[in-house]
Amino acid sequence: MKTLKDKIRCSNLNLFYGDNQALYDINLTMPAGSITAFIGPSGCGKSTLLRTLNRMNDLIPNVKITGDVVVDNENIYGGDTDVVALRKRVGMVFQRPNPFPMSIYDNIAYGPRIHGIKKKRELDEIVEKSLTQAALWDEVKDRLNKSALGLSGGQQQRLCIARLLAVDPDVLLMDEPTSALDPISTLKVEELTQELKNKYTIIIVTHNMQQAARISDTTAFFLNGVMVEHGETDKLFTNPTDQRTEDYITGRFG
Amino acid sequence: MNSKLSNKLATGVFWLIGFVILGILAWFLWRILSVGVPHLSWDFITGQPEDMMAGGGVGPQFFNSFYILFLSLLIAIPLGVGAGIWLSEYAKPNKFTEIVRISTEMLASVPSIVFGLFGMLVFVTTFKLGFSIIGGALTLALLNLPVLVRVTEESLRAVPPSYREASLALGSTKWQTIRKVLVPAALPGLITGVTLTAGRALGESAILIFTAGTTVSRFAPTPDLTASGETLAVHLWYVRSEALIEDAQQVAEGTAALLVIVVLLLNLLIALPSRYLQRKKAGK
Repeated sequence: MKTLKDKIRCSNLNLFYGDNQALYDINLTMPAGSITAFIGPSGCGKSTLLRTLNRMNDLIPNVKITGDVVVDNENIYGGDTDVVALRKRVGMVFQRPNPFPMSIYDNIAYGPRIHGIKKKRELDEIVEKSLTQAALWDEVKDRLNKSALGLSGGQQQRLCIARLLAVDPDVLLMDEPTSALDPISTLKVEELTQELKNKYTIIIVTHNMQQAARISDTTAFFLNGVMVEHGETDKLFTNPTDQRTEDYITGRFG
Repeated sequence: MNSKLSNKLATGVFWLIGFVILGILAWFLWRILSVGVPHLSWDFITGQPEDMMAGGGVGPQFFNSFYILFLSLLIAIPLGVGAGIWLSEYAKPNKFTEIVRISTEMLASVPSIVFGLFGMLVFVTTFKLGFSIIGGALTLALLNLPVLVRVTEESLRAVPPSYREASLALGSTKWQTIRKVLVPAALPGLITGVTLTAGRALGESAILIFTAGTTVSRFAPTPDLTASGETLAVHLWYVRSEALIEDAQQVAEGTAALLVIVVLLLNLLIALPSRYLQRKKAGK
């Protein structure tokens, strides 16, 4: 395995929704500049874990978290973390494409604008660059002022990725980003992750094991809130060490 | 009865209901407008009213209607929308919030004449404002406040949670999210709410009889907030029940027609741009 700098590290992470424990003692490092996939059956805690990494779980009442999540040597549950600044660095793409009811241009410019960029020329550049990075520029360059809600589902999801790239994050969290897309759009998003992984640290939650095998460098397998196994993707899929992992990837349950 | 037949029957019944509603509306408009419009003239709409003689106009009342409406919205919109935003976005789900919400709902169903009495006791008497434009506007604002709070809260709640998540996940603050995403997305609902409120305010009479009075200033139309401020709707009631003028019937019919036309125009004026905005956002 290549030696890569750790971007994110979870240590002894436990999470409770009220009295229900959803994550048990997670210890996991995610290296910079690579793709980590979280797999596991529904309700195993993989999305919950993803949402702890940029503190989106803060939005849900009665969530209690113990343990540490360290991003770039800063414990984001340390108490003095600026959540707004954290989310700018650690951005998120959601399961369902969620463009704002605005023009394509305004969707992409939303992030840069709230972070203080006002000059039209600068915004124009960011919009073009982000859309190009998300492989959407050619499809939308002639209708930047049309509503983003008029795009197809796959285009909307790439728009959401472009919107995220426009705030220049380090980490992209992707929560089943292709589960609402058709196979061709899925392929495009997958190709996109391959192009982006050199520049960004990507963590992707997926239900689709082939997808995890195709695109990720390391994979973590979760079951009932416990991380069962974590390792290089090739090894985890061809030669898992834990019987439960083998049962899952061979389709015996889940 | 088989399902195809009952389906046909249901279709027929609902079409019929639709036509009945349209018919009632058309009949009503025809009645009001056909007797009223002939009395409308430039002199009537802008002229001073008469106490004794025939041929008076409703100019001051026309002005007061809009002046009081404008002032009441100026007071009620910031407070109502603010409270709605607080209830929807900031208030924690606890007892206190629940009490605020229930109180607002109860206030929304209080008969307007009770607000009128309250306004008279508080603004007219205690604050010594007298029967005045400002007294009427303040009381009208109180009447509209609960409705605006509810409309704002409900429009914001109807915004998909995914918009909130998307905005926050891009590193925006709560206030940026509210200002740049939630309020714009809720705008069509808010506009509808304000339109309904404004229409209701234009037609309101019970409250204003007690607070703005049934007379107009000698200098009317005047922006003087302490001048007494009879509106069109109050004038309609007044001439039909109290007035001594011999053409009371004609003045009432003309006033009614003018009021209906004004409310319709106001609705169109707000609804059309709002529709356009909505369609544009939806990508059509």
